[in-house]
Amino acid sequence: MSAITTGRDSTGPVGAGPSSTASSAGLTGTGLTGTGHLVRLFLRLDRIVLPIWIVGIVGLVAASASAVQGLYSTPALRAGYAATVSSSPAAIVMSGPAQALDTVGGITLFEINLTSALGVALMAIFLTVRHTRTEEETGRTELLRAGVLGRHAPLAAALIVVGGASLLVGALIGLSLLGLGLPAGGSLLFGAAMACLGLAFVAVTVVAAQVSEHARAALGIAVAVLGVSWGLRSLGDVNDNAASWLSPVGWVQSVNAYGDQRWWPLLLPLAFAAVLTVVAVQLGRRRDVGAGLVPTRPGSPRASRLLSTVPGLAFSQQRSALLWWAVGLFLGGLAFGSFGNEVTTMLEDNPEMKDLLGAGGSDDLVAGYFGLILLILALVVACYTVSSVHRLRAEESAARAELVLSTPTARRSWQFGWLAVAGLGTLLVLLATGLGVAVADALVSGSTERSGELVGATLAYLPALAVIGGLAAALHGWLPRLGLVAWAVVAGCFVVGWLGDLLKIPESVRDLSPFNLTPRMPLESMDWSVVGLLSAVAVVLLLLAVVGLRRRDIDSA
Amino acid sequence: MTAPIVVDQLHKSFGSTHALDGLDLTVARGEVHGFLGPNGSGKSTTIRVLLGLLRPDSGHVRLLDGDPWRDAAALHRRLAYVPGDVALWPSLTGGEVIDLIGRLRGGLDETRRVELLRDFELDPAKRSRTYSKGNRQKVALVAALASDADLLILDEPTNGLDPLMEEVFQSWIQRAKDEGRTVLLSSHILAEVEALCDRVSIIRAGRTVQSGTLADLRHLTSTTVTAETGRPADDLTGIAGVTDLESVDGRVTFKVDTDHLDEAIAHLSGLGIRSLQAHPPTLEELFLKQYGERLPAQDESPEALAGSSADTVGSGSGDGDRGTGR
Ligand SMILES: Nc1ncnc2c1ncn2[C@@H]1O[C@H](COP(=O)(O)OP(=O)(O)O)[C@@H](O)[C@H]1O
Ligand SMILES: [Mg+2]
Repeated sequence: MSAITTGRDSTGPVGAGPSSTASSAGLTGTGLTGTGHLVRLFLRLDRIVLPIWIVGIVGLVAASASAVQGLYSTPALRAGYAATVSSSPAAIVMSGPAQALDTVGGITLFEINLTSALGVALMAIFLTVRHTRTEEETGRTELLRAGVLGRHAPLAAALIVVGGASLLVGALIGLSLLGLGLPAGGSLLFGAAMACLGLAFVAVTVVAAQVSEHARAALGIAVAVLGVSWGLRSLGDVNDNAASWLSPVGWVQSVNAYGDQRWWPLLLPLAFAAVLTVVAVQLGRRRDVGAGLVPTRPGSPRASRLLSTVPGLAFSQQRSALLWWAVGLFLGGLAFGSFGNEVTTMLEDNPEMKDLLGAGGSDDLVAGYFGLILLILALVVACYTVSSVHRLRAEESAARAELVLSTPTARRSWQFGWLAVAGLGTLLVLLATGLGVAVADALVSGSTERSGELVGATLAYLPALAVIGGLAAALHGWLPRLGLVAWAVVAGCFVVGWLGDLLKIPESVRDLSPFNLTPRMPLESMDWSVVGLLSAVAVVLLLLAVVGLRRRDIDSA
Repeated sequence: MTAPIVVDQLHKSFGSTHALDGLDLTVARGEVHGFLGPNGSGKSTTIRVLLGLLRPDSGHVRLLDGDPWRDAAALHRRLAYVPGDVALWPSLTGGEVIDLIGRLRGGLDETRRVELLRDFELDPAKRSRTYSKGNRQKVALVAALASDADLLILDEPTNGLDPLMEEVFQSWIQRAKDEGRTVLLSSHILAEVEALCDRVSIIRAGRTVQSGTLADLRHLTSTTVTAETGRPADDLTGIAGVTDLESVDGRVTFKVDTDHLDEAIAHLSGLGIRSLQAHPPTLEELFLKQYGERLPAQDESPEALAGSSADTVGSGSGDGDRGTGR
């Protein structure tokens, strides 16, 4: 009989719900018990992902930087470069402030700034969400916390691992610049700046993870903060005002590594990170494991009509993420779109410059600017597409797919239910992006002349996005554990699209990217054969996805 | 019409793991069939093959007169499933999940839904993320039991329920049985299987080691007898089939093969019986007999056995088993 009593006792605290679990975890001293254990666990879980991020970012940055060396060896060449870019708002929006462009180092930084800053910040965001919210959402944290694990241990371990990764990336970037023969002080300062940027976004994400209950929403909040930071520094740098000082990206850029070489601005991101970490810890004290700070509304005991079909279920699960993405990209479109008109204004004020840049005149320059930003924005939409298609995998590995597939739902219907939402969601997010760009342009230029054209140019990326979505779906159908490959392809498309010229990537390789094949619309004209080709490829990939899923085991492990 | 579930020489490997190694299983219409085996023995894998989620490497599988791999969606109109590890959509409430699964299955019985929620004491307005494992299990159970399915496939459904709920569960399975439904109940809780099942199949390392009614299986082993007799019963050893004889102060305890029970009792009777207790083997003893001699060879079973033997002895309700289920 005693065995039974013991059994009941031991089920007490575990079965009694989240709040009592949390309070019993609070008893374990400082709340940091077991952090070392978790750090080791995270490193093991990340043994593939972490090296990919680090090598990817450092490799791209080093390759871009190395491609610049030797191109601007004389003061005259550097002066030409400086004249071109420092008067181009578009270049400043995309690449950062025009600092020390009379040095090779300054030009190098201008070329690598977007890649390294966004790379470090996105790595910090993705990895932190992975180790905070995703862990908690899948219930692992609850399990861990039921054991001897301090309340703040998961947060501390995520900070250590991802913060450490940021420091490593910063150090490696600094060393690779040094290795290219750039001045030591400036190279190390830039590396330190990137590391600090990473730390700042680890902290942003830790707070985002406390505020919202879903990994994807936390991801959305953190990426939105990054977008706003980038926008603020763009505004500040283009208009030469203080807006840059409201942005973590602006702080780390203000070190002016190969110019003034200021170290003190790095105190700002460090203090920012420290404050946000304290905020996250405080927020963490106030909520139950698995719950968000924004309290859950009491639910409905009966399902609405929406929850009658797989597409309805898929939509209910993606609704809020979709909204975040659409709003985020609308704002992104607004921000980037608002600079288009400046290209014109600047050229009107400066006829000599107009002659210098010649070509087809200012209209072409404006069109070229929009072509470039729409490409970049479309690549961001591709991230939505991939993450939405990857829900299939998440459903499968969480064994929720198993429950649905045990009903008369055929595999094909299950697959198409989720893919339909991914497809329509992509269309919606893309449309929001195009509207953002067009609205901003219309407001700034005071004319709706270009508006339709801009929305059309954005929507022209739909077939390319369908190819990316189809690829992710086909991978899920055949090789469900290789979802990372879809992300790698998006990253590859970014590299050939943004760095293709700099890295002298051959045209034939660039044309493997559906985004490069898509005409850069305001500048180039519509090409329906490309639309046809890409749509056909997308259809083939979707068919492959169906065939693959029909043949393989459902892998709930 | 053939039996709802017929599995013959089923093989399934995951890489180098041979999860199913020639498994046989037949479940007759209208019976509650216990599917017993230690952790990792292949119960869930078999069930996933039956649901068409996994493709068998070789062997013959028939489910409700169809091929579970080819005809999955059509066959699923007639069955309901409770997974071993229930995962739900964190943002949906239990009630929403029950309705969703019910609608995907083509409707559920509203009266039964109400009764089930009441009996299992489940709050359908809570979001799944706040449910404990036991409550998630209840959601899946309510969804399955509220359906009109002919066949219920339950993979360790009470793993995580407390003893009171275990009783509720048993009464609902009894009800399903009375309605003529067929139930495949995978479990490693022996008391539950003893209470509910008409027939059991015991598997180990992906192979069926025994199958039959509980009476059949008992027949294969020995009955334990404790008796006080007027004269010492030491010469019992002379009787065929008697083992493990212990004698203390005129009380003997021994085991006897069921085939030789009659002789043994006749012999005791000749010595003047003052008290007599005989009990048939518990399922646990059957289990131990199946695995006992070979324990070292199987890595995962000692744990399972230690849990179940400690919990079931003297309790009969199997409630303590959740201790190891976590
Ligand atoms: N998807 C899978 N991949 C690899 N191995 C698996 C998978 N599913 C089950 N196994 C292995 O197959 C064996 C049987 O597992 P399972 O059927 O879950 O056992 P049970 O349900 O009886 O505990 C175990 O050794 C398990 O590790
Ligand atoms: Mg199992």
